This record gives sequence, structure tokens and C-alpha cells, in this order.
Amino acid sequence: MTRISGGSSDGLAGEPAPLELESGKRRSFLGALLALGSFFVGTLLSVPLVRFALFPLLRRTTELEASPVGALSEFSSLTEPIAKIIQIEQVDGWRKAVSEKTVYVTKDKNGRLSVLSSICPHLGCTVPWVTAKSEFICPCHGAVYTSDGSRISGPSLRGMDTLDTSVQDGQLLVRFQYFRQLTSDKEVIG
Amino acid sequence: MGAAESKRDTPPEVVTTGLRGWLNRRIGLDALLSSALDEPIPGGARLAYIFGSGLLFVLLSQIITGVFLALYYVPSADHAHTTVAYITKSVTAGSFLRSLHGYGASAMVVVLLLHLSQTYLYGAYKGRRELLWFSGCVLFALVLGMAFTGYLLPWDQKAYFATAVGTNAASEVPLIGESLKRMMRGGTDMGTLTISRFYVAHVFLIPACIFALIASHIFLFRKAGAAGPVTEDPLTPKQRTEPFYPRQVLMDLSLTALLIIGLGLLCFFMPMSLGPAANPADSQYIPRPEWYYLPIFQWLKYWHGAASVIGVLIVPTVLALAIIAVPFLDRGIERRPWKRPVATGAYAFVLIAVVGLGLRSAYLDKHDPEVAQQLAKQKGEEEEYMRKPFEPELSAASMAAANVALADPVAAKGKEIFEQRSCNACHGDGGVGTVAAPALIGVGAKLSADQLAQLLKQPNAKMAAGGMPAVDDLPADDLKALVAYVASLK
Repeated sequence: MTRISGGSSDGLAGEPAPLELESGKRRSFLGALLALGSFFVGTLLSVPLVRFALFPLLRRTTELEASPVGALSEFSSLTEPIAKIIQIEQVDGWRKAVSEKTVYVTKDKNGRLSVLSSICPHLGCTVPWVTAKSEFICPCHGAVYTSDGSRISGPSLRGMDTLDTSVQDGQLLVRFQYFRQLTSDKEVIG
Repeated sequence: MGAAESKRDTPPEVVTTGLRGWLNRRIGLDALLSSALDEPIPGGARLAYIFGSGLLFVLLSQIITGVFLALYYVPSADHAHTTVAYITKSVTAGSFLRSLHGYGASAMVVVLLLHLSQTYLYGAYKGRRELLWFSGCVLFALVLGMAFTGYLLPWDQKAYFATAVGTNAASEVPLIGESLKRMMRGGTDMGTLTISRFYVAHVFLIPACIFALIASHIFLFRKAGAAGPVTEDPLTPKQRTEPFYPRQVLMDLSLTALLIIGLGLLCFFMPMSLGPAANPADSQYIPRPEWYYLPIFQWLKYWHGAASVIGVLIVPTVLALAIIAVPFLDRGIERRPWKRPVATGAYAFVLIAVVGLGLRSAYLDKHDPEVAQQLAKQKGEEEEYMRKPFEPELSAASMAAANVALADPVAAKGKEIFEQRSCNACHGDGGVGTVAAPALIGVGAKLSADQLAQLLKQPNAKMAAGGMPAVDDLPADDLKALVAYVASLK
């Protein structure tokens, strides 16, 4: 598109002063070049801005890390479930919340170590291990579970919930999660 | 090219076809561009005139980076430092953007001083340009205000102590000094209210004033016209003119490109550091302001006691008034600096004094072994802090829960029972309450220990209806501990 500068043109686009047209062409070419250059530099400069703004979307800023339960050696001669208080750290952007949860370290049916959430899958009470009866018995509504967490009796629709575990440097780690109550299927809620 | 159409309904030089024609009929794009780009410059384009647009560019960069920094920054004494550390250490490109904003402040001051010097030495304030000069002076003060208020916001050691000194200086002003200081700090001491005040000034008040003044500055500049070279008559320019576009635009853009490259490299290779969080109890810390405040800092050292009113108030006020009054004091149309010995001499004097004061301050710091040692120590602490990974702030709720356990051994035992007996299942961790049962926080203020124990053993009708089981099988000591814990919840 040609933009003719100055007021000397008589208005007939077909017959402007040749010099004017020449300079007008040069000006619009330069203008296009500048616009292109500015667009390029602007795009380049906006890269850090976009990355900065999108940081929470591309990186996990709310995370729940695995919490240490104790040394593996501590659980080598397990005869009954033992309660452990773990600290769970919940990171939310630049802040974190630390809370304590009770879990049970026990052995599953095959004799392998497993970690149970102490939260009753019925209505969420903390289930204590009753050594005298060798059973988990919920104090609230009387759900009863075996030492590996399987349901024996009571109002609960499923056994106690097992948590994901891992081992790192001889330490047993557990990822604490909450599960929906009053259902027969184990379903993570957060 | 739509010549026939153009002949019919619009002036000939205006494009009437395509998108441009569409825009022309609606907003008069060509007329706007023409008024922006065809500004005549007497004597032609020159590199000496590039600083004004340079300033506009840095300002734009400050606005953009500032807005983005606000995505993560929280203006409170509790969180300011954590959020700036988060930006610097965790967020992608955070260190770069924060550096761009921080160094941008310095760039702003540098380009502003160049712009001011050029205007002054070229006598470009002459010829009915008093208001233009005056608005520039106010803008200068506002930019220094932005630098002062922005410096506190990271709330690290240097920010805190430099601002403590800066606000203290205000108290030297006679009569209103103490009130002025308290006004700035939001109280006698620096604290979270100081951050709020500085934040509001930095983000809302001063920027609003800057926008308004830049608009009037540009309006006044266009009204008076470009002053041109020093040989030009400031009232009725006689030299051949050249439009602003393209040569002057290209020169202006070259400064912008230089600034982008310079700032970009600086921020990438030498990002700004952040010191440890402000510790008001630190009595060893030696505060030093940003380089552009060093001359004032050094100047204030010379004035004590009764004489301080001269140094803090009278001299700066006289100087500021003299600068504002320059167009009234130097009224001739002569603009060549070598023909204006008084004006040029005054400029040289102020420049030498300011640079001298700044250098003197740096020299003294370097040659006082105690100060040099402490400053080196502070620098070391800052570097050490920068090496540590980002540590998220512990939320208030988890701290409250953790503190109880430490405070009272009986209550600590009660906390264990509270969790063993599943009280937290319904009443929440730390008794914060859940949908199943109310919060227990503050219950100790309403009920005595005996009443609490009684309610635990024998819940009232409302509690029982809500599903509260009776706690009647606990040994007396355990019940006492549980009551102590519940009563301690705050």
C-alpha cells in the first residue's frame, strides 16, 4: 500500500510528483521493515513473560511428596501392625502446610510390608489396633479388620486402605492420600 | 489503488482501500500516524534527541515487568520476602524478570539524567517551555519516588535497613518531620503497614501521577515544538525542518535496541540477588542505598543537630526550586552552552558535587576497615542465601498445630490422645472443625476444665445427636490431658 506524504500531490493518484512517490515507497518499505523488526523483538521479549506467567501450569506447584515412615530394618521382625506418625508436606505455590497423620506398617497376605491408612473407610474415624484381640477395631461404629486391613465385620463396605509405598536409601516412604468413604471401591479424593 | 474512490470522498493522500482504508474511515489512522510521525524537527534529526523516547521505552518495560511480578508478589511483612524468593529461585524466568525490573529502575534514572542534561545544556527549556520543563522536573521526582518505594518491597536486609534510614531522614524536617516519618511508615516503626503504604504508592499512586504527567509532558512538547539545535531560535525556528520519521525514529530505536541488549545481557549473566529476609533485630547491619541515592546519603552525613535543617531541608529545597525555576532565571534566547557560562557553570558544579559525593561515599566505605569488613560479610550472607534452594513458607495453621505440642507436656499428651481416639476424624487436626463436627478452637475460653471433662464423659443431647461418642473409658490422667489439649486450642 502506498502512502504519499506531503501536501504537494494534486489528488490524482495517477500523476503525483515522481519524487514524492519514490520517497513514499521507500517510507512504506522502511515502515514494513520496522514493523516486522518490532514484532520480532517484541515476540522475543515476550518469551520470558509467557514462561513466567505459565509457570504454575507447566510445573507442579501443588504437590504432595512421599513422607518417610522409618528405616526398613525397623520393620524386619514385624509381628503385629505398628502405628507410625508421618509428617505430610503439602506445597501450595510459595507456602506449605505440614500435618501429621497416623499410618500402620503391617504385612500383607503374602508377608510383604504394606502401609495402611488409619482412617476408617466407613466414616473416617482413626482406627486403633487392639493388641488384646489382634484386630483393628474402629471405636466409632465398630468396623473390624484383620492385621492386613481386610474387612471382617461392621458397617464398612471395604477393607482398610493401603497406601503407595516406595523404598529409598533403606527408608520406607509412603505417599499419603485420602479415599472416598462409604464406598466399596477405593477411590482417591486428594 | 482505488484512485477514483479516493478522489471522490476523502483527501487524496489518505488510503481508502483495504484494512487501512477501513481504519481510516473510522479512526483516521493516516491522520494519527501523520501527526505522530511528521513532527518537524528544526535542523534535522540528531542523536542528542534520543533520550526522551528511550525513557518511554524503559518505562514501558517497567510497567510490563511490574505487572507480571505482581502475579506472585504479596505485599505483607509475612510474605513479601518469601514471594520474592519464590520469584527469584523457583519461577521460570523469574530471576530474569525481577532483574529486568530492578536494573530497569537504574536504567530509568540513567536515561532520565541524560535526557535532563541534554535539555539543560541545549537550552531546550527556552521559548515558552516553562511548563514543559516544570512537568519534566515533577516526573524526575516521581521516578525517584518509584525507586525509593520499590526498593523496600523485596523486604530483605538491605531493603529494610536502607528504607529505615531513608524514612529516618524525613524526621529531620523541622516541625512536621516526625509526623512525616510516621506517615510514611504507617506507625513509629517499620513493619507490615510500611510495606502496604510503599506498595500502594509504588503500584497505584505514583504510576497514576506519572501517566498523567507524561501525557501533559508530551502534549506540552508537541505544542511548543522540537527546539532543535543550540543555534536555533527557540521561539521562531528558522532552520530547515526534517520530519520525526524516519531518521529520528531510527536513531531513537537504536537507543532502545541498545537498552534491550544491554539490560538483557546484564539480567541474564548477572541477575539481581536477594538477601536474607529482613531482621529488624540485627544491630550490626550497615545499610547502603542504591547507587543513585549515594550522593544524597553522603550529603546527609555532613549535617547534624541544629544544622541538619540546612542540609536536609533548606539546601535541597533551594536546589529543587532553582532547578524548577531555570526557565525563569535564564530567559535570553541564547542557547549555545559556551555563551551561557552561568548556566553551564552551575550544571558543572552540581554534576561535580553529586558525582563527588557519591564517590566519596564509596571511598569511605572501602577505606574504613570495620565498615568494609561488615559490608563484605553482608555480601557473603547474601551470596550464601542465594545458593540455598527455595524454602516454602510454613502456613500459619500448621505452625499453630505444631506449637501446641511444644508448649505444654500435658497438652502434648492430650494431643496424642486426641489423635488416637479419632477425635480429629470429626473435629479436624488441631480442632479446626470439619463438616462432621464443629471446631474446638476457643472452646477453652467458654467452658471450664471441669465442664469440658463432664461433656466428654457425658455429651449433651445436641452433641450426642451429632454423633459425639462418650469418652468414659479414659484413665483420669488421660482425660485431664485431653481436656488440657482441647482447652489450649486457639
